[in-house]
Amino acid sequence: MSHTLSSWGPIRVYSRDWTSFRFVWRTALFGSVAQPLMYLLGVGLGIGELVDGGPGGAAALGGMSYFAFYATALIATTSMFVLGQEALWPTMDGFTWSQAHQAMIATPLTPRDVALGKGLYYAFRGLFTSGGVAIVLACFADTRSWGLVPAVPVGVLTGLSFAMPIAAWIATRQSDNSFSAILRVGIIPMFLFGGAFYPVDQLPSWLAFVARLTPIWHGIELCRGLVLGGLDMATGLMHLFVLVAFVVAGSVAATITFDRRLRP
Amino acid sequence: MTSPPAVSARSLVKRFGDFTAVAGIDVEIAPGEAFGFLGPNGAGKTSTMRMIGCVSPVTDGELRIFGLDPATDGRTIRGRMGVVPQLDQLDSELTVIENLLIYGRYFDLSRAQCRTKADELIDFVQLDEKRTSTVDSLSGGQKRRVSIARSLVNDPELLLLDEPTTGLDPQARHVLWDRLYQLKERGATQVITTHFMDEAEQLCDRLVVMDTGLIVAEGSPRELITEHVRREVLEVRFGYGRNEEQLPALDGVGQRIEVLPDRLLIYDDDGEAALSELHRREIVPDSALVRRSSLEDVFLKLTGRTLIE
Repeated sequence: MSHTLSSWGPIRVYSRDWTSFRFVWRTALFGSVAQPLMYLLGVGLGIGELVDGGPGGAAALGGMSYFAFYATALIATTSMFVLGQEALWPTMDGFTWSQAHQAMIATPLTPRDVALGKGLYYAFRGLFTSGGVAIVLACFADTRSWGLVPAVPVGVLTGLSFAMPIAAWIATRQSDNSFSAILRVGIIPMFLFGGAFYPVDQLPSWLAFVARLTPIWHGIELCRGLVLGGLDMATGLMHLFVLVAFVVAGSVAATITFDRRLRP
Repeated sequence: MTSPPAVSARSLVKRFGDFTAVAGIDVEIAPGEAFGFLGPNGAGKTSTMRMIGCVSPVTDGELRIFGLDPATDGRTIRGRMGVVPQLDQLDSELTVIENLLIYGRYFDLSRAQCRTKADELIDFVQLDEKRTSTVDSLSGGQKRRVSIARSLVNDPELLLLDEPTTGLDPQARHVLWDRLYQLKERGATQVITTHFMDEAEQLCDRLVVMDTGLIVAEGSPRELITEHVRREVLEVRFGYGRNEEQLPALDGVGQRIEVLPDRLLIYDDDGEAALSELHRREIVPDSALVRRSSLEDVFLKLTGRTLIE
């Protein structure tokens, strides 16, 4: 029997994770529907009441309700949280605890297949996540729009723009000591300062400048623009380009670091 | 047309930074042969195996598997090879059958092929009743058998086994040896690393002894024993630390005497005769035992160290 292969490698890696998805789908469903719904009701309605009724509130948001402003950001931020975490421990597991990645490269699969296959699985998780959020948003009049459809892949890209660089970095780690730091000093600040809760113009100018360099700001702006309108084509494409650039750079880095880790 | 050697290495070297794991070895393994790399931890066995497995680039020298170069044909070579790693790398939350089906797909087998093969292999490693159990719930020996089954999904021409029975109880080891012996009869080439002498004697047609990245001896288990030590060993104990002082009294007994902290090893073709000579000289050790010489003794002679320290 001869064995030759194949650009199917990443698909094979993806299928293995897909088989394991049945153990986490309930948690995943909670994360993509129940959790954003809680944020939405807690922050969107609660604070929204204050903002929309307050002096100049509606004007600062360009005429949209605070609920709609905040809710559309969740398509991007929820994906960032879910994929960011998926790229941490479950990816580390493949290198250290289960050594699933080592088992893969003993076959015709290559480290590149492993890195890109993980990417495919992150993308699937992103689709599940952003799709869930979009379904929740479709239930509210303020955010019900055909723009939710293209916003879902933008949510996926936003998640990947975190997951791929994180996965690349994970491949250089020997332990998970620093992982919670990534969440605390990386992802949570981006959630707070990346334009989900208020326009970044409200920040001191230097901080606003930094916020505009992060992929989350581009993801949020693009999702919001697609669902609520008010985004011109050039700006939209610029956001898209930045997200794609992060994903591509992260994927290239991951293929390199996965190779170094798996084929010492 | 003669088929190329399964593995052929010339002056093979593996370095990690300043550390030299494999310091230039020559090995040729014929198709169908069961070949062993024997040595203590850190001897370079696993590094050699990883290079043969095409998952670690060769630093220097030449390596050919099936006549192909791992640097350019790694994918093809790995497709014709099965690997049983030192530590099980199974998907522990998945079932036995799922592990095999998923792994078969890595080799691009069709789903139907995977299914046929998985059924056959579960039968081969005698895990029929565990078919839909998760790997987590299996014993160490059963997990090892799943690893072996998984390494066979692609009908490999070459099977790499890295310390296949480390950590298993004696009964599980024998089950495993039995399966490996059957595979050998079917004609699969096997490359085995071990630091267990009895395992090497059971499984290997030919082996090399490695120490500090070099090959220090090569031959069949019997040849190595005949060449480097005598047929039998008389082990005598005089109490810890008091063994060496007995040497003058033992002069002329046996062909060669090895002093260990806890015992003396007296090598002779006839161990019982050596023991009789002790009795005749009225030397009474705390304990005395005559046994057949093993590769452990060969290793001790070659390196001055025991294998498992």
